Amino acid sequence: MIVMDEIKKSCVATLWFIFLTFPIAVIKIDSINNTVKWRWLNMVYIGVGSFFLSMLWRYMIKKKEMGGQKEKKKKEAGFFYKISQNRKIFIPLCVLLGVFTILFPHIFSMYQTTIMISALIYVMLGLGLNIVVGLAGLLDLGYVAFFALGAYLYALLNMHYGVSFWVALPLGGMLAALFGLVLGYPVLKLRGDYLAIVTLGFGEIIRIISQNWDAVTFGPSGIANIPPPPFFGVKLSLQATSTYIFYIIVVLVIFTIFIINRLKDSRIGRAWVALKDDEIACQSMGIDKGKTKLTAFALGATWAGMAGVVFAAKTTFINPASFTIWESIIILCIVVLGGMGSIAGVISGALLLILLPEYLRAFAQYRMLAFASVLILMMIFRPNGMIENVRKIYKFKQ
Amino acid sequence: MLKLKDLQAFYGNIQALKGISLEIQEGEIISLIGANGAGKSTTLMTISGIVPAREGEILFKDKPINKLPPDKIAALGISQVPEGRRIFPYLTVMENLDMGAFLRNDKSGVKQDLEYVLELFPILAERRNQAGGTLSGGEQQMLAISRAIMTRPKLLLLDEPSLGLAPIITKQIFEIIKKFNKESNTTIFLVEQNANLALQVADRGYVMENGVITISDTGENLLVNEDVKKAYLGI
Repeated sequence: MIVMDEIKKSCVATLWFIFLTFPIAVIKIDSINNTVKWRWLNMVYIGVGSFFLSMLWRYMIKKKEMGGQKEKKKKEAGFFYKISQNRKIFIPLCVLLGVFTILFPHIFSMYQTTIMISALIYVMLGLGLNIVVGLAGLLDLGYVAFFALGAYLYALLNMHYGVSFWVALPLGGMLAALFGLVLGYPVLKLRGDYLAIVTLGFGEIIRIISQNWDAVTFGPSGIANIPPPPFFGVKLSLQATSTYIFYIIVVLVIFTIFIINRLKDSRIGRAWVALKDDEIACQSMGIDKGKTKLTAFALGATWAGMAGVVFAAKTTFINPASFTIWESIIILCIVVLGGMGSIAGVISGALLLILLPEYLRAFAQYRMLAFASVLILMMIFRPNGMIENVRKIYKFKQ
Repeated sequence: MLKLKDLQAFYGNIQALKGISLEIQEGEIISLIGANGAGKSTTLMTISGIVPAREGEILFKDKPINKLPPDKIAALGISQVPEGRRIFPYLTVMENLDMGAFLRNDKSGVKQDLEYVLELFPILAERRNQAGGTLSGGEQQMLAISRAIMTRPKLLLLDEPSLGLAPIITKQIFEIIKKFNKESNTTIFLVEQNANLALQVADRGYVMENGVITISDTGENLLVNEDVKKAYLGI
């Protein structure tokens, strides 16, 4: 009896769970009246809930093992691909999405727009990191450093020299690319774990410098009063400014998608994918290993630098606390969760991971729990990410 | 065409090549045979520049190449089929072949070569849109060789093409190697454990032991050499 066996296992799990949660869920000490409250009803809830979840879990795992999942996955992976190939659906869908995007700040409140801006900044960061991690396969845990560089570049240049947003934007990208090369050069020979540790160190170096170099970065107190992007010299209201920044970031994201899409299918993109697979084979094909890796670092960092400039303009205040290792990890989660190498995947990953915590603010206590569960479930049921990367395949005729 | 002069290479403190000298003429098939750990693969890796040469010189068309990085050496026309095939598992057969033509800009020439390798290995044409990792061992070896041919090499370095293959496939591959050498007049430097087959196709052969070359002769003579027979042919 397979079913009986499952139920038995679930019962054991339930009992264990009840035992574990007993002290916190059932016993409540009222320290004012010096009495102990026994909330037996909670135990029942937990029992029923965990039994149900345990059964569901078993069912899902079974389904996955049966291979039914495999077929389904193939279909779903093909679903997005098919849509993007079918012009009759794809173009109206794009138009619809475009109209929605244009109307977004007018339909929704400023709060929603602001959240959306930060989500889109993360889309840009995710797409940038996608080059380094998803395409070139170089695990970078210090990606936020480039983001910080862009933000500080705009803040400082504006404060000292009055440099405008539009000048700072490309400069931020260029500075980040330069630092991408600086980071990339010494780590050319490293792979995997070692590379991750060095990049993690690099991220921390940038953060600690910004925290301690008081004379330049104003340390932990940060830089305030960073002006938002100018709009032909017209002074905009707070609401109009956020709408304006929303449109700017939308255009930048579209630009990023366009460029990365082109890069993916280019010679250099193919060299990245090949280098990820096998370095020695690449070298015997005449691919310059060093140069290819360096371009991945530099091109990946560029987007973080530009996103940093937008970030500084949006929040009008930056300090080192915005650029901790946690940010790097979130960005990495976006790429992994969304689907390594897949542009649509990274976009949906960013929207999910950034918007979900915002909308779950009502359940602030359980926010991280939900976040973690999503990640764990994703890794078990869709190990290749939400939207798997479907590489463009050449159609060779004989 | 290729000349190694007293070549020495190290892995850390361990000396893998203890002074190798050999010479390859244009259009030849040269076999290098020897036991495990003799330094055969290291010799090829050193020629390709992936393992640096610590002492000695490598001359390709009378120009030293031992200081060049691997991609520059490949650009000169030295292409290696590495040991264990090392095809790109996630790229399709066609994309793998296309990677071979990474450095080339002559579209018509690439197309011509593509047709040529598909003619040499018709099975690859059947599998053309399949991921490289899903091919069988023999097909992967054929793909690896084809990918190297796609670079239009002047010198083709083959590292153990028989590794892990059934005898009949090995034989097939060796026949094609010989055919390719005759048709395109490409020089081939072959490293093999399967000494019998390797010496049969070779014009000349070298025998390697513990990082030095001990015997050098024509392929036919080596096949009847008593020492070689005892040590490598198992007769």
